[in-house]
Amino acid sequence: MSGTKFVLALLIAAGVVFGAALLVGNSYVFFAGYVVLQYIALATAWNILGGYTGYVNFGTAAFFALGAYTTVVLHKLTTLPLPIMMPIGGIVSGIIGLGTGYLTLRLRGAFFSIATLALAVVVQTLITNWDFVGGSRGAYIVRPPTTPLLGIDYIQYLCLVMLALVVIVLATARAIERSRLGYGLATIRDDELAAEASGVPTLRLKLVATTMSGAFMGMAGAPLPYYVTYLDPTSGFNLAYAVNGVAMPLVGGTSSWFGPVIGAILLGTLQQVVTVTISSAVNLLIVGLVLVAFVIVAPNGILGLLRLQGRRS
Amino acid sequence: MTGAALLEVTDLGKRFGGFVALEAIELAVQDGERVGLIGPNGSGKSTLVNCMCGTLRHETGSVRFAGRMLDGLSAHERTRLGVARSFQLPRPFNTLTLAENLRIPLLYAVNARPGATLGALAIDERCAELLQMVGLAAKSAHMPRDLTQIEMRKLELARAMASSPRLLIADESMAGLSHGEVDDILALLIRLNEQGVTVILIEHIMRAVMHFSQRLVVLVAGRKIADGDPADVVRDPDVVRAYLGE
Repeated sequence: MSGTKFVLALLIAAGVVFGAALLVGNSYVFFAGYVVLQYIALATAWNILGGYTGYVNFGTAAFFALGAYTTVVLHKLTTLPLPIMMPIGGIVSGIIGLGTGYLTLRLRGAFFSIATLALAVVVQTLITNWDFVGGSRGAYIVRPPTTPLLGIDYIQYLCLVMLALVVIVLATARAIERSRLGYGLATIRDDELAAEASGVPTLRLKLVATTMSGAFMGMAGAPLPYYVTYLDPTSGFNLAYAVNGVAMPLVGGTSSWFGPVIGAILLGTLQQVVTVTISSAVNLLIVGLVLVAFVIVAPNGILGLLRLQGRRS
Repeated sequence: MTGAALLEVTDLGKRFGGFVALEAIELAVQDGERVGLIGPNGSGKSTLVNCMCGTLRHETGSVRFAGRMLDGLSAHERTRLGVARSFQLPRPFNTLTLAENLRIPLLYAVNARPGATLGALAIDERCAELLQMVGLAAKSAHMPRDLTQIEMRKLELARAMASSPRLLIADESMAGLSHGEVDDILALLIRLNEQGVTVILIEHIMRAVMHFSQRLVVLVAGRKIADGDPADVVRDPDVVRAYLGE
Protein backbone atom coordinates (compact mmCIF):
# COMPACT_ATOMS: atom_id res chain seq x y z
CA MET A 1 0.00 0.00 0.00
CA SER A 2 1.39 3.38 -0.92
CA GLY A 3 1.78 6.16 1.62
CA THR A 4 -1.18 8.18 0.36
CA LYS A 5 -3.45 5.15 0.33
CA PHE A 6 -2.36 4.30 3.84
CA VAL A 7 -3.18 7.80 5.11
CA LEU A 8 -6.53 7.59 3.35
CA ALA A 9 -7.25 4.23 4.98
CA LEU A 10 -6.24 5.68 8.37
CA LEU A 11 -8.56 8.67 7.85
CA ILE A 12 -11.46 6.39 6.94
CA ALA A 13 -10.74 4.21 9.99
CA ALA A 14 -10.59 7.33 12.16
CA GLY A 15 -13.89 8.55 10.69
CA VAL A 16 -15.54 5.20 11.36
CA VAL A 17 -14.26 5.16 14.96
CA PHE A 18 -15.50 8.68 15.59
CA GLY A 19 -18.84 8.03 13.89
CA ALA A 20 -19.37 4.86 15.89
CA ALA A 21 -18.60 6.73 19.11
CA LEU A 22 -21.16 9.39 18.15
CA LEU A 23 -23.73 6.70 17.50
CA VAL A 24 -23.28 5.23 20.98
CA GLY A 25 -24.37 8.60 22.25
CA ASN A 26 -22.71 8.27 25.64
CA SER A 27 -20.04 10.83 26.44
CA TYR A 28 -18.14 8.29 28.57
CA VAL A 29 -17.13 6.61 25.32
CA PHE A 30 -15.27 9.79 24.43
CA PHE A 31 -13.64 10.07 27.85
CA ALA A 32 -12.37 6.51 27.63
CA GLY A 33 -11.65 6.72 23.92
CA TYR A 34 -9.47 9.80 24.41
CA VAL A 35 -7.22 7.89 26.82
CA VAL A 36 -6.86 4.92 24.48
CA LEU A 37 -6.06 7.23 21.55
CA GLN A 38 -3.56 9.14 23.64
CA TYR A 39 -1.82 5.85 24.43
CA ILE A 40 -1.74 4.85 20.77
CA ALA A 41 0.10 8.11 20.02
CA LEU A 42 2.38 7.72 23.05
CA ALA A 43 3.20 4.07 22.39
CA THR A 44 3.93 4.73 18.72
CA ALA A 45 6.15 7.67 19.64
CA TRP A 46 8.02 5.48 22.13
CA ASN A 47 8.44 2.81 19.48
CA ILE A 48 10.26 5.15 17.09
CA LEU A 49 13.13 5.26 19.56
CA GLY A 50 12.54 2.03 21.52
CA GLY A 51 11.45 -0.33 18.78
CA TYR A 52 13.03 0.97 15.58
CA THR A 53 16.27 2.29 17.09
CA GLY A 54 16.58 -0.04 20.09
CA TYR A 55 16.95 2.66 22.74
CA VAL A 56 14.59 2.00 25.66
CA ASN A 57 13.23 5.26 27.03
CA PHE A 58 11.86 5.23 30.58
CA GLY A 59 11.31 8.98 30.54
CA THR A 60 8.11 9.00 28.50
CA ALA A 61 6.28 10.83 31.30
CA ALA A 62 8.73 13.75 31.11
CA PHE A 63 8.21 14.37 27.38
CA PHE A 64 4.47 13.85 27.76
CA ALA A 65 4.18 16.22 30.73
CA LEU A 66 6.34 18.85 29.02
CA GLY A 67 3.78 18.95 26.23
CA ALA A 68 1.00 19.28 28.79
CA TYR A 69 2.77 22.04 30.70
CA THR A 70 3.52 23.90 27.49
CA THR A 71 -0.24 24.03 27.02
CA VAL A 72 -0.67 25.34 30.58
CA VAL A 73 1.79 28.15 29.85
CA LEU A 74 0.21 28.95 26.48
CA HIS A 75 -3.24 28.85 28.02
CA LYS A 76 -2.21 31.43 30.61
CA LEU A 77 -0.42 33.71 28.17
CA THR A 78 -2.34 33.39 24.92
CA THR A 79 -5.66 32.50 23.38
CA LEU A 80 -4.22 30.13 20.81
CA PRO A 81 -6.47 27.26 19.75
CA LEU A 82 -5.51 23.75 20.83
CA PRO A 83 -4.44 22.50 17.38
CA ILE A 84 -1.79 25.27 17.40
CA MET A 85 -0.71 24.53 20.96
CA MET A 86 -0.03 20.88 20.14
CA PRO A 87 2.80 21.46 17.66
CA ILE A 88 4.30 23.99 20.08
CA GLY A 89 4.22 21.38 22.84
CA GLY A 90 5.78 19.01 20.34
CA ILE A 91 8.57 21.45 19.58
CA VAL A 92 9.36 21.91 23.29
CA SER A 93 9.47 18.16 23.92
CA GLY A 94 11.35 17.64 20.67
CA ILE A 95 14.07 20.06 21.77
CA ILE A 96 14.33 18.26 25.10
CA GLY A 97 14.51 15.01 23.15
CA LEU A 98 17.36 16.40 21.05
CA GLY A 99 19.16 17.54 24.21
CA THR A 100 18.66 14.16 25.83
CA GLY A 101 20.04 12.51 22.73
CA TYR A 102 23.15 14.70 22.82
CA LEU A 103 23.78 14.17 26.53
CA THR A 104 23.28 10.43 26.42
CA LEU A 105 24.84 9.63 23.08
CA ARG A 106 27.59 7.61 24.65
CA LEU A 107 25.19 5.56 26.74
CA ARG A 108 23.78 2.31 25.49
CA GLY A 109 21.37 -0.30 26.76
CA ALA A 110 20.33 -0.05 30.40
CA PHE A 111 22.52 3.02 30.97
CA PHE A 112 20.56 5.03 28.44
CA SER A 113 17.33 3.93 30.11
CA ILE A 114 18.57 4.97 33.54
CA ALA A 115 19.54 8.37 32.15
CA THR A 116 16.05 8.91 30.74
CA LEU A 117 14.58 7.95 34.12
CA ALA A 118 16.83 10.57 35.71
CA LEU A 119 15.68 13.11 33.12
CA ALA A 120 12.07 12.50 34.16
CA VAL A 121 12.93 13.18 37.80
CA VAL A 122 14.85 16.35 36.95
CA VAL A 123 12.07 17.76 34.76
CA GLN A 124 9.43 16.91 37.34
CA THR A 125 11.43 18.67 40.07
CA LEU A 126 11.78 21.76 37.89
CA ILE A 127 8.05 21.89 37.14
CA THR A 128 7.12 21.26 40.77
CA ASN A 129 9.14 24.32 41.71
CA TRP A 130 7.86 26.56 38.96
CA ASP A 131 5.13 28.67 40.45
CA PHE A 132 3.87 30.10 37.17
CA VAL A 133 2.45 26.73 36.12
CA GLY A 134 1.04 26.06 39.57
CA GLY A 135 4.03 24.39 41.17
CA SER A 136 3.07 21.47 43.37
CA ARG A 137 -0.42 22.91 43.86
CA GLY A 138 -1.23 22.26 40.25
CA ALA A 139 -2.96 24.40 37.66
CA TYR A 140 -6.65 24.75 36.90
CA ILE A 141 -7.55 25.02 33.25
CA VAL A 142 -10.92 26.38 32.31
CA ARG A 143 -12.04 24.90 29.03
CA PRO A 144 -13.21 27.37 26.41
CA PRO A 145 -17.04 27.51 26.44
CA THR A 146 -17.30 26.57 22.78
CA THR A 147 -15.45 24.35 20.37
CA PRO A 148 -14.30 25.55 16.99
CA LEU A 149 -16.42 22.84 15.40
CA LEU A 150 -20.15 23.33 15.59
CA GLY A 151 -22.39 20.69 17.08
CA ILE A 152 -19.93 18.72 19.17
CA ASP A 153 -19.09 19.23 22.81
CA TYR A 154 -15.62 19.72 24.19
CA ILE A 155 -14.76 16.14 25.04
CA GLN A 156 -15.79 15.07 21.55
CA TYR A 157 -13.59 17.82 20.20
CA LEU A 158 -10.62 16.61 22.27
CA CYS A 159 -11.21 13.12 21.01
CA LEU A 160 -11.24 14.33 17.43
CA VAL A 161 -8.01 16.27 17.92
CA MET A 162 -6.35 13.21 19.42
CA LEU A 163 -7.65 11.08 16.57
CA ALA A 164 -6.03 13.48 14.11
CA LEU A 165 -2.73 13.21 16.01
CA VAL A 166 -2.95 9.42 15.94
CA VAL A 167 -3.36 9.52 12.15
CA ILE A 168 -0.31 11.78 11.83
CA VAL A 169 1.83 9.70 14.19
CA LEU A 170 0.90 6.38 12.59
CA ALA A 171 1.44 7.69 9.07
CA THR A 172 4.87 8.98 10.14
CA ALA A 173 5.83 5.76 11.90
CA ARG A 174 4.89 3.65 8.89
CA ALA A 175 6.69 5.99 6.52
CA ILE A 176 9.85 5.72 8.66
CA GLU A 177 9.66 1.94 8.60
CA ARG A 178 9.80 1.82 4.82
CA SER A 179 12.35 4.55 4.33
CA ARG A 180 16.10 4.95 4.23
CA LEU A 181 15.82 6.40 7.74
CA GLY A 182 14.02 3.25 8.93
CA TYR A 183 16.82 1.04 7.63
CA GLY A 184 19.38 3.30 9.27
CA LEU A 185 17.61 3.15 12.62
CA ALA A 186 17.38 -0.64 12.37
CA THR A 187 21.15 -0.90 11.90
CA ILE A 188 21.67 1.17 15.04
CA ARG A 189 19.45 -1.26 16.91
CA ASP A 190 21.35 -4.24 15.52
CA ASP A 191 24.98 -3.15 15.65
CA GLU A 192 26.23 0.42 15.86
CA LEU A 193 29.84 -0.36 14.90
CA ALA A 194 28.78 -2.25 11.80
CA ALA A 195 26.32 0.55 11.01
CA GLU A 196 29.11 3.15 11.08
CA ALA A 197 31.28 0.91 8.94
CA SER A 198 28.45 0.74 6.41
CA GLY A 199 28.27 4.51 6.16
CA VAL A 200 25.37 5.12 8.54
CA PRO A 201 25.77 8.40 10.48
CA THR A 202 24.62 6.77 13.72
CA LEU A 203 24.86 9.86 15.92
CA ARG A 204 22.75 11.99 13.61
CA LEU A 205 20.10 9.30 13.17
CA LYS A 206 19.94 8.74 16.93
CA LEU A 207 19.28 12.44 17.39
CA VAL A 208 16.58 12.34 14.72
CA ALA A 209 14.94 9.45 16.57
CA THR A 210 15.12 11.02 20.05
CA THR A 211 13.80 14.30 18.69
CA MET A 212 10.91 12.79 16.75
CA SER A 213 9.95 10.44 19.55
CA GLY A 214 10.05 13.25 22.12
CA ALA A 215 8.11 15.63 19.88
CA PHE A 216 5.25 13.17 19.33
CA MET A 217 5.10 12.44 23.05
CA GLY A 218 4.84 16.17 23.72
CA MET A 219 2.08 16.49 21.15
CA ALA A 220 0.21 13.62 22.79
CA GLY A 221 0.48 15.38 26.14
CA ALA A 222 -0.52 18.84 24.94
CA PRO A 223 -4.33 18.39 25.12
CA LEU A 224 -4.09 16.78 28.60
CA PRO A 225 -4.74 19.98 30.63
CA TYR A 226 -8.03 20.48 28.76
CA TYR A 227 -8.95 16.86 29.32
CA VAL A 228 -8.30 16.76 33.07
CA THR A 229 -8.96 20.53 33.63
CA TYR A 230 -6.66 20.31 36.66
CA LEU A 231 -3.02 19.40 36.14
CA ASP A 232 -0.48 18.83 38.89
CA PRO A 233 3.01 17.33 38.58
CA THR A 234 1.97 14.01 40.15
CA SER A 235 -0.63 13.39 37.49
CA GLY A 236 1.30 14.91 34.59
CA PHE A 237 4.45 12.92 35.37
CA ASN A 238 2.50 9.86 36.38
CA LEU A 239 4.47 6.61 36.33
CA ALA A 240 1.62 5.12 34.31
CA TYR A 241 2.74 7.00 31.20
CA ALA A 242 6.27 5.66 31.40
CA VAL A 243 5.12 2.12 32.19
CA ASN A 244 2.43 2.09 29.51
CA GLY A 245 4.74 3.71 27.00
CA VAL A 246 7.09 0.75 27.35
CA ALA A 247 4.52 -1.99 27.97
CA MET A 248 2.16 -1.26 25.08
CA PRO A 249 4.73 -1.56 22.25
CA LEU A 250 6.27 -4.62 23.92
CA VAL A 251 2.91 -6.34 24.26
CA GLY A 252 1.87 -5.47 20.72
CA GLY A 253 5.26 -6.01 19.09
CA THR A 254 7.96 -3.45 18.35
CA SER A 255 8.87 -4.48 14.82
CA SER A 256 6.04 -2.66 13.05
CA TRP A 257 3.83 0.39 13.45
CA PHE A 258 0.88 -1.90 14.07
CA GLY A 259 2.35 -3.42 17.26
CA PRO A 260 2.02 -0.34 19.50
CA VAL A 261 -1.51 0.16 18.14
CA ILE A 262 -2.58 -3.35 19.16
CA GLY A 263 -0.82 -3.00 22.52
CA ALA A 264 -2.34 0.39 23.25
CA ILE A 265 -5.86 -0.69 22.30
CA LEU A 266 -5.56 -3.89 24.32
CA LEU A 267 -3.95 -2.50 27.46
CA GLY A 268 -5.63 0.90 27.23
CA THR A 269 -9.10 -0.61 26.94
CA LEU A 270 -8.36 -3.19 29.63
CA GLN A 271 -7.28 -0.40 31.98
CA GLN A 272 -10.41 1.63 31.27
CA VAL A 273 -12.61 -1.40 31.91
CA VAL A 274 -10.75 -2.24 35.11
CA THR A 275 -10.99 1.36 36.29
CA VAL A 276 -14.78 1.39 36.11
CA THR A 277 -15.40 -2.21 37.14
CA ILE A 278 -12.79 -2.96 39.82
CA SER A 279 -10.70 0.03 40.88
CA SER A 280 -8.45 2.62 39.35
CA ALA A 281 -5.59 1.46 41.54
CA VAL A 282 -5.48 -2.00 39.96
CA ASN A 283 -4.55 -0.40 36.62
CA LEU A 284 -0.79 -0.73 36.78
CA LEU A 285 -0.98 -4.15 38.41
CA ILE A 286 -2.82 -5.35 35.32
CA VAL A 287 -0.12 -3.90 33.08
CA GLY A 288 2.54 -5.63 35.15
CA LEU A 289 0.80 -8.98 34.97
CA VAL A 290 0.18 -8.72 31.23
CA LEU A 291 3.81 -7.72 30.67
CA VAL A 292 5.11 -10.69 32.67
CA ALA A 293 2.79 -13.01 30.78
CA PHE A 294 4.00 -11.66 27.45
CA VAL A 295 7.66 -11.88 28.32
CA ILE A 296 7.11 -15.58 29.02
CA VAL A 297 4.62 -16.51 26.30
CA ALA A 298 5.31 -14.04 23.50
CA PRO A 299 8.60 -12.17 23.87
CA ASN A 300 8.07 -10.57 20.45
CA GLY A 301 4.59 -9.35 21.29
CA ILE A 302 1.33 -10.17 19.59
CA LEU A 303 2.84 -9.45 16.17
CA GLY A 304 5.62 -11.95 16.88
CA LEU A 305 3.01 -14.51 17.94
CA LEU A 306 1.01 -13.97 14.75
CA ARG A 307 4.11 -14.23 12.60
CA LEU A 308 5.05 -17.50 14.29
CA GLN A 309 1.56 -18.84 13.60
CA GLY A 310 1.87 -17.75 10.00
CA ARG A 311 5.16 -19.57 9.62
CA ARG A 312 3.82 -22.80 11.15
CA SER A 313 0.73 -23.01 8.99
CA MET B 1 55.65 11.79 1.12
CA THR B 2 55.24 10.18 -2.27
CA GLY B 3 51.73 11.49 -2.85
CA ALA B 4 51.02 8.53 -5.10
CA ALA B 5 50.05 6.14 -2.33
CA LEU B 6 46.35 5.43 -1.83
CA LEU B 7 46.71 4.98 1.90
CA GLU B 8 49.41 6.65 3.92
CA VAL B 9 49.83 6.05 7.62
CA THR B 10 52.45 8.29 9.22
CA ASP B 11 53.90 7.99 12.72
CA LEU B 12 50.65 6.54 14.04
CA GLY B 13 50.44 5.95 17.78
CA LYS B 14 47.67 4.65 20.02
CA ARG B 15 47.69 3.89 23.72
CA PHE B 16 45.09 2.43 26.03
CA GLY B 17 45.88 4.03 29.39
CA GLY B 18 49.48 3.09 30.07
CA PHE B 19 49.55 0.36 27.45
CA VAL B 20 51.10 1.33 24.16
CA ALA B 21 49.12 -0.52 21.52
CA LEU B 22 50.70 1.07 18.47
CA GLU B 23 53.87 3.11 18.18
CA ALA B 24 55.23 5.09 15.24
CA ILE B 25 53.55 3.00 12.57
CA GLU B 26 54.47 3.94 9.00
CA LEU B 27 52.56 2.30 6.21
CA ALA B 28 51.98 3.19 2.59
CA VAL B 29 49.69 1.20 0.34
CA GLN B 30 49.66 1.82 -3.40
CA ASP B 31 46.52 1.88 -5.48
CA GLY B 32 45.62 -1.65 -6.59
CA GLU B 33 48.06 -3.36 -4.25
CA ARG B 34 47.44 -6.55 -2.23
CA VAL B 35 49.05 -6.17 1.15
CA GLY B 36 49.15 -8.81 3.88
CA LEU B 37 49.33 -7.71 7.50
CA ILE B 38 50.44 -10.29 10.03
CA GLY B 39 51.57 -10.37 13.61
CA PRO B 40 51.13 -12.47 16.74
CA ASN B 41 47.95 -12.10 18.80
CA GLY B 42 47.86 -8.78 20.58
CA SER B 43 50.38 -7.17 18.27
CA GLY B 44 47.96 -4.38 17.37
CA LYS B 45 46.64 -5.49 13.98
CA SER B 46 43.00 -4.90 14.78
CA THR B 47 43.82 -1.68 16.63
CA LEU B 48 45.57 -0.43 13.49
CA VAL B 49 42.50 -1.33 11.42
CA ASN B 50 40.27 0.45 13.92
CA CYS B 51 42.45 3.56 13.78
CA MET B 52 42.49 3.57 9.98
CA CYS B 53 38.72 3.09 9.81
CA GLY B 54 37.80 5.61 12.48
CA THR B 55 36.41 3.18 15.04
CA LEU B 56 39.20 4.25 17.39
CA ARG B 57 40.91 7.63 17.61
CA HIS B 58 44.69 7.53 17.47
CA GLU B 59 46.71 9.95 19.57
CA THR B 60 49.67 10.71 17.34
CA GLY B 61 50.39 10.66 13.65
CA SER B 62 47.99 10.76 10.78
CA VAL B 63 46.16 8.68 8.23
CA ARG B 64 45.78 9.96 4.67
CA PHE B 65 43.61 8.31 2.08
CA ALA B 66 43.56 9.29 -1.61
CA GLY B 67 45.20 12.58 -0.71
CA ARG B 68 42.72 13.39 2.07
CA MET B 69 43.44 13.62 5.75
CA LEU B 70 41.20 11.14 7.59
CA ASP B 71 42.08 12.23 11.14
CA GLY B 72 39.02 13.36 13.02
CA LEU B 73 36.58 11.92 10.51
CA SER B 74 34.08 9.47 11.90
CA ALA B 75 33.87 5.90 10.65
CA HIS B 76 30.87 6.48 8.41
CA GLU B 77 32.57 9.43 6.70
CA ARG B 78 35.60 7.27 5.94
CA THR B 79 33.35 4.55 4.53
CA ARG B 80 31.79 7.16 2.26
CA LEU B 81 35.26 8.22 1.10
CA GLY B 82 35.97 4.65 0.06
CA VAL B 83 37.55 2.80 2.98
CA ALA B 84 35.63 -0.39 3.76
CA ARG B 85 36.33 -3.02 6.36
CA SER B 86 35.04 -6.37 7.40
CA PHE B 87 35.00 -7.29 11.06
CA GLN B 88 37.02 -10.07 12.62
CA LEU B 89 33.85 -11.56 14.09
CA PRO B 90 31.02 -11.09 11.58
CA ARG B 91 28.62 -8.37 12.73
CA PRO B 92 25.57 -8.74 10.51
CA PHE B 93 22.41 -6.71 11.06
CA ASN B 94 20.45 -9.51 12.64
CA THR B 95 16.92 -8.21 12.16
CA LEU B 96 17.42 -7.53 8.46
CA THR B 97 17.47 -10.04 5.62
CA LEU B 98 20.68 -10.69 3.68
CA ALA B 99 19.54 -8.45 0.82
CA GLU B 100 18.63 -5.71 3.30
CA ASN B 101 22.02 -6.05 4.97
CA LEU B 102 23.61 -5.14 1.66
CA ARG B 103 21.14 -2.32 1.04
CA ILE B 104 22.53 -0.35 3.97
CA PRO B 105 25.92 0.57 2.46
CA LEU B 106 24.21 1.24 -0.86
CA LEU B 107 21.76 3.62 0.76
CA TYR B 108 24.16 5.25 3.17
CA ALA B 109 27.61 5.09 1.59
CA VAL B 110 27.16 4.86 -2.17
CA ASN B 111 24.15 7.14 -2.38
CA ALA B 112 25.77 9.64 -0.03
CA ARG B 113 28.57 10.29 -2.53
CA PRO B 114 28.19 13.33 -4.69
CA GLY B 115 26.48 12.64 -7.98
CA ALA B 116 25.57 9.06 -7.17
CA THR B 117 21.91 8.31 -6.70
CA LEU B 118 20.95 4.72 -7.22
CA GLY B 119 17.25 4.28 -7.71
CA ALA B 120 15.27 1.59 -5.90
CA LEU B 121 15.61 -0.75 -8.85
CA ALA B 122 19.35 -0.23 -9.23
CA ILE B 123 19.78 -0.92 -5.51
CA ASP B 124 17.87 -4.21 -5.75
CA GLU B 125 19.96 -5.22 -8.75
CA ARG B 126 23.22 -4.37 -7.04
CA CYS B 127 22.17 -6.36 -3.92
CA ALA B 128 21.40 -9.38 -6.08
CA GLU B 129 24.71 -8.97 -7.92
CA LEU B 130 26.69 -8.81 -4.67
CA LEU B 131 24.91 -11.86 -3.25
CA GLN B 132 25.62 -13.67 -6.52
CA MET B 133 29.27 -12.72 -6.25
CA VAL B 134 29.63 -14.39 -2.83
CA GLY B 135 27.33 -17.28 -3.72
CA LEU B 136 24.47 -16.35 -1.41
CA ALA B 137 21.93 -15.42 -4.08
CA ALA B 138 19.58 -18.22 -3.06
CA LYS B 139 19.41 -16.91 0.49
CA SER B 140 18.70 -13.26 -0.18
CA ALA B 141 15.46 -13.32 1.85
CA HIS B 142 17.00 -15.29 4.72
CA MET B 143 18.04 -13.84 8.05
CA PRO B 144 21.71 -13.83 9.09
CA ARG B 145 20.97 -16.35 11.88
CA ASP B 146 20.22 -18.98 9.21
CA LEU B 147 23.77 -18.77 7.85
CA THR B 148 26.75 -21.00 8.47
CA GLN B 149 30.06 -19.57 9.62
CA ILE B 150 31.54 -19.29 6.14
CA GLU B 151 28.35 -17.80 4.74
CA MET B 152 28.44 -15.24 7.53
CA ARG B 153 32.01 -14.27 6.50
CA LYS B 154 30.94 -14.00 2.90
CA LEU B 155 28.06 -11.76 3.90
CA GLU B 156 30.51 -9.63 5.89
CA LEU B 157 32.72 -9.25 2.81
CA ALA B 158 29.76 -8.60 0.54
CA ARG B 159 28.53 -5.85 2.85
CA ALA B 160 31.98 -4.26 2.87
CA MET B 161 32.02 -4.48 -0.93
CA ALA B 162 28.53 -3.01 -1.20
CA SER B 163 29.93 0.39 -0.30
CA SER B 164 32.01 0.25 -3.53
CA PRO B 165 35.27 0.96 -1.73
CA ARG B 166 38.66 1.78 -3.20
CA LEU B 167 40.32 0.10 -0.23
CA LEU B 168 39.07 -3.03 1.49
CA ILE B 169 40.49 -4.04 4.84
CA ALA B 170 39.66 -7.67 5.54
CA ASP B 171 40.23 -8.37 9.22
CA GLU B 172 40.76 -12.12 9.69
CA SER B 173 37.99 -13.05 7.34
CA MET B 174 39.19 -16.66 7.18
CA ALA B 175 39.76 -17.56 10.84
CA GLY B 176 38.17 -20.87 11.72
CA LEU B 177 37.40 -21.85 8.15
CA SER B 178 38.34 -25.13 6.48
CA HIS B 179 40.99 -25.47 3.78
CA GLY B 180 38.48 -25.32 0.94
CA GLU B 181 36.59 -22.44 2.49
CA VAL B 182 39.79 -20.42 2.84
CA ASP B 183 40.40 -20.95 -0.88
CA ASP B 184 36.88 -19.74 -1.58
CA ILE B 185 37.41 -16.48 0.28
CA LEU B 186 40.90 -16.02 -1.21
CA ALA B 187 39.55 -16.42 -4.73
CA LEU B 188 36.89 -13.85 -3.90
CA LEU B 189 39.43 -11.34 -2.59
CA ILE B 190 41.74 -11.80 -5.57
CA ARG B 191 38.82 -11.29 -7.93
CA LEU B 192 37.93 -8.07 -6.15
CA ASN B 193 41.52 -6.92 -6.43
CA GLU B 194 41.49 -7.63 -10.15
CA GLN B 195 38.46 -5.35 -10.37
CA GLY B 196 40.64 -2.55 -9.01
CA VAL B 197 40.04 -2.69 -5.27
CA THR B 198 43.11 -2.30 -3.10
CA VAL B 199 43.07 -4.96 -0.38
CA ILE B 200 44.75 -5.17 3.02
CA LEU B 201 44.44 -8.70 4.33
CA ILE B 202 44.93 -9.37 8.01
CA GLU B 203 45.31 -13.05 8.58
CA HIS B 204 46.93 -15.76 10.66
CA ILE B 205 46.68 -18.50 8.05
CA MET B 206 50.15 -18.19 6.47
CA ARG B 207 49.27 -20.27 3.42
CA ALA B 208 46.55 -17.76 2.58
CA VAL B 209 48.67 -14.71 3.34
CA MET B 210 51.61 -15.94 1.26
CA HIS B 211 49.36 -16.85 -1.64
CA PHE B 212 47.53 -13.53 -1.54
CA SER B 213 50.05 -10.85 -0.67
CA GLN B 214 52.26 -8.91 -3.04
CA ARG B 215 53.78 -7.27 0.01
CA LEU B 216 53.85 -8.36 3.63
CA VAL B 217 53.84 -6.14 6.72
CA VAL B 218 54.59 -7.53 10.17
CA LEU B 219 53.48 -5.97 13.44
CA VAL B 220 54.93 -7.10 16.73
CA ALA B 221 53.98 -5.52 20.06
CA GLY B 222 52.61 -2.41 18.40
CA ARG B 223 55.61 -1.79 16.14
CA LYS B 224 56.20 -2.51 12.50
CA ILE B 225 59.22 -4.77 12.28
CA ALA B 226 59.15 -5.78 8.63
CA ASP B 227 57.66 -4.61 5.35
CA GLY B 228 58.50 -5.99 1.95
CA ASP B 229 58.44 -8.94 -0.36
CA PRO B 230 56.60 -11.80 1.40
CA ALA B 231 59.28 -14.38 0.70
CA ASP B 232 61.99 -12.12 2.17
CA VAL B 233 59.88 -11.01 5.12
CA VAL B 234 59.18 -14.55 6.38
CA ARG B 235 62.91 -15.26 6.37
CA ASP B 236 63.69 -12.05 8.27
CA PRO B 237 65.38 -13.05 11.55
CA ASP B 238 63.27 -10.51 13.54
CA VAL B 239 60.06 -11.98 12.18
CA VAL B 240 61.16 -15.54 12.84
CA ARG B 241 62.11 -14.56 16.41
CA ALA B 242 58.73 -12.92 16.98
CA TYR B 243 56.85 -15.98 15.88
CA LEU B 244 59.08 -18.82 17.06
CA GLY B 245 61.08 -17.23 19.86
CA GLU B 246 64.87 -17.35 20.17
